[in-house]
Amino acid sequence: MSTFKGLVLAGLLLGSWAHADELGPGLGEPVSHRALSEMDFTVLPNGDGLPAGQGTALLGSALYDQHCASCHGEAGVGGANAALVGGVGSLDTDRPLKTVGSFWPYAPTIFDYVRRSMPYPSPGILTDSEVYSVTAYLLFLNGMIKEDVVVSATTLPRVNMPNRDGFVLGER
Amino acid sequence: MPIGDDAVAGNGLLDRRLFLKGGLVGGLTLLSASAHGVERRDWMKTPGSSLSDEGIPSPHESHVKRTSIRTAPGTSGSGISSTPHEHLDGIITPSRLHFERHHSGIPEIRPDEHRLVIHGQVERPLSFSLDSLARYPTVSRIHFLECAGNSGALLMPKPIQGPCSSLHGLISGSEWGGVPLSSLLNEAGVKSGARWILAEGADSSVMSRSIPLDKAMDDALVALYQNGERLRPANGYPMRLFLPGWEGNTSVKWLRTLKVVDEPAMTRDETSKYTDLQRDGSSKIFTFEMGVKSIITKPSPGLQLHEVGVYPISGIAWSGGGRIRRVDVSADGGRSWGEAALDEHVLPKSLTRFRIPWRWDGGPAVILSRATDERGEVQPTRETVLGARSAAGFYHNNCMQAWRVDPEGTITHVYI
Ligand code: HEC
Repeated sequence: MSTFKGLVLAGLLLGSWAHADELGPGLGEPVSHRALSEMDFTVLPNGDGLPAGQGTALLGSALYDQHCASCHGEAGVGGANAALVGGVGSLDTDRPLKTVGSFWPYAPTIFDYVRRSMPYPSPGILTDSEVYSVTAYLLFLNGMIKEDVVVSATTLPRVNMPNRDGFVLGER
Repeated sequence: MPIGDDAVAGNGLLDRRLFLKGGLVGGLTLLSASAHGVERRDWMKTPGSSLSDEGIPSPHESHVKRTSIRTAPGTSGSGISSTPHEHLDGIITPSRLHFERHHSGIPEIRPDEHRLVIHGQVERPLSFSLDSLARYPTVSRIHFLECAGNSGALLMPKPIQGPCSSLHGLISGSEWGGVPLSSLLNEAGVKSGARWILAEGADSSVMSRSIPLDKAMDDALVALYQNGERLRPANGYPMRLFLPGWEGNTSVKWLRTLKVVDEPAMTRDETSKYTDLQRDGSSKIFTFEMGVKSIITKPSPGLQLHEVGVYPISGIAWSGGGRIRRVDVSADGGRSWGEAALDEHVLPKSLTRFRIPWRWDGGPAVILSRATDERGEVQPTRETVLGARSAAGFYHNNCMQAWRVDPEGTITHVYI
């Protein structure tokens, strides 16, 4: 709500833009830089958009048990919902297992998705540093980083994901 | 019955024009007209119920509901529900029966607090309220919307049994009304070099997808209306992106932001989901357009044939690449084919209704349909779709669907 009050206020201060497309009545209201940054969840594969903060798998383990294990299983396997761990090397077999570890091409996307969508019952409940820690824990469980590596906007984009080059553009 | 000479293909398939000529009347059972013109049924003896502010289906049709509701364990808002095509006709799906795929339930959005914000690589980041969008020049078009996972069960090793809706219920047809996205993007002024748009929903999963700018400028809509009324909550109230002909997930519901970017964001729902895994372990990504396809909705599993005689075979055909040019139907498992009649409305990227009469002689039959679109693309076989795909793949399946009619008149799903 506060964000939209901010938007309306910005609109009043700046006045409406007169650059309307010929087709339209030109009713778009300007948006302040601040309002934009408050609403933008986007994290790009190269890490653009990752916020300040940091975490480790050591810290993420308890957060995961508290907020995620009930649905995704202890240590990311055996839950009622998607397995988050395992399957590396399985994609070209008869029983491919797609997980964050085996399938997702970019580590920053884990941060992006967990921050925007998880935990399913109460997304937004984790701080940015807690999301870094849960992300670190998932990467640790998948064997991509050590337990004490500090995961942040600088280090996360550098994590090597096994299926990084697995996606190809083209006709079906 | 004068229909022996009207066969167009094996096992009783008849000329599509018979319906138009009325040539089948003698072959169909007519309702017997009353000999006494003044007899009154119960409901003709007293005035009926009063006027009302909202219509509802007849209680005798109360079985016609969305079916096959499947959700993730413990999370009733993530999952699918299916359109009951075996009970419907025409090319418009009643809004209440439009299929659903939600990732985190249906949000209850207060429209006066909702905004659509266009930002990123634009000259002027802009925010639009519902009221302001409603003042823009609006277009309305009839299009299908199909989930990328529709008919995915047909890629399983053995045919799964169930009604047509449980196999193919993730496709629906509607009239969509709204503002061409190009006019909003032009108002914001897209910077040169930008090629993609990241669309986000205002549901609790903030579902996000990257859309090529070309599509956004071509025929994309910010839809406010479905079938003449404001969008229903399950279809994105108060506003959704609508991308004609493309996999349903890209038509982001409850649209809140469009961020113009240089490269795709590679979000979870365009990498982990909605990509096509191949046997070599690679995955095809951004395979947006839904292929040319058709299904026979009647007769289909669950609808029993009770007696030998003439039946209409009817179904829907569609293509993400344009109009349907023709639909062929076979009653002998694909050995011979007859061309079906298409209903009047043959629109681009829309459901098209086809019909052909068929005389069932009581013997076994395998009926199937094959659509061709205006580009000459032909609906493929199951083997062709499987091709180099991983056995675990199930998205983007447009293969032909065969139903087997056994001598008892029971219909099952078979592979041919
Ligand atoms: C109440 C059950 C529940 C809880 C708790 C939960 N999730 Fe989820 N999770 C889901 C569901 C359901 C989905 C699939 C949502 C959809 O339909 O897209 C999902 C999807 C995911 C995915 C995507 C999997 C893939 O391969 O695409 C990840 C990653 C994930 N959750 C991580 C987490 C993390 C981390 C937490 C804790 C912070 C968490 N989840 C808590 C139910 C849950």
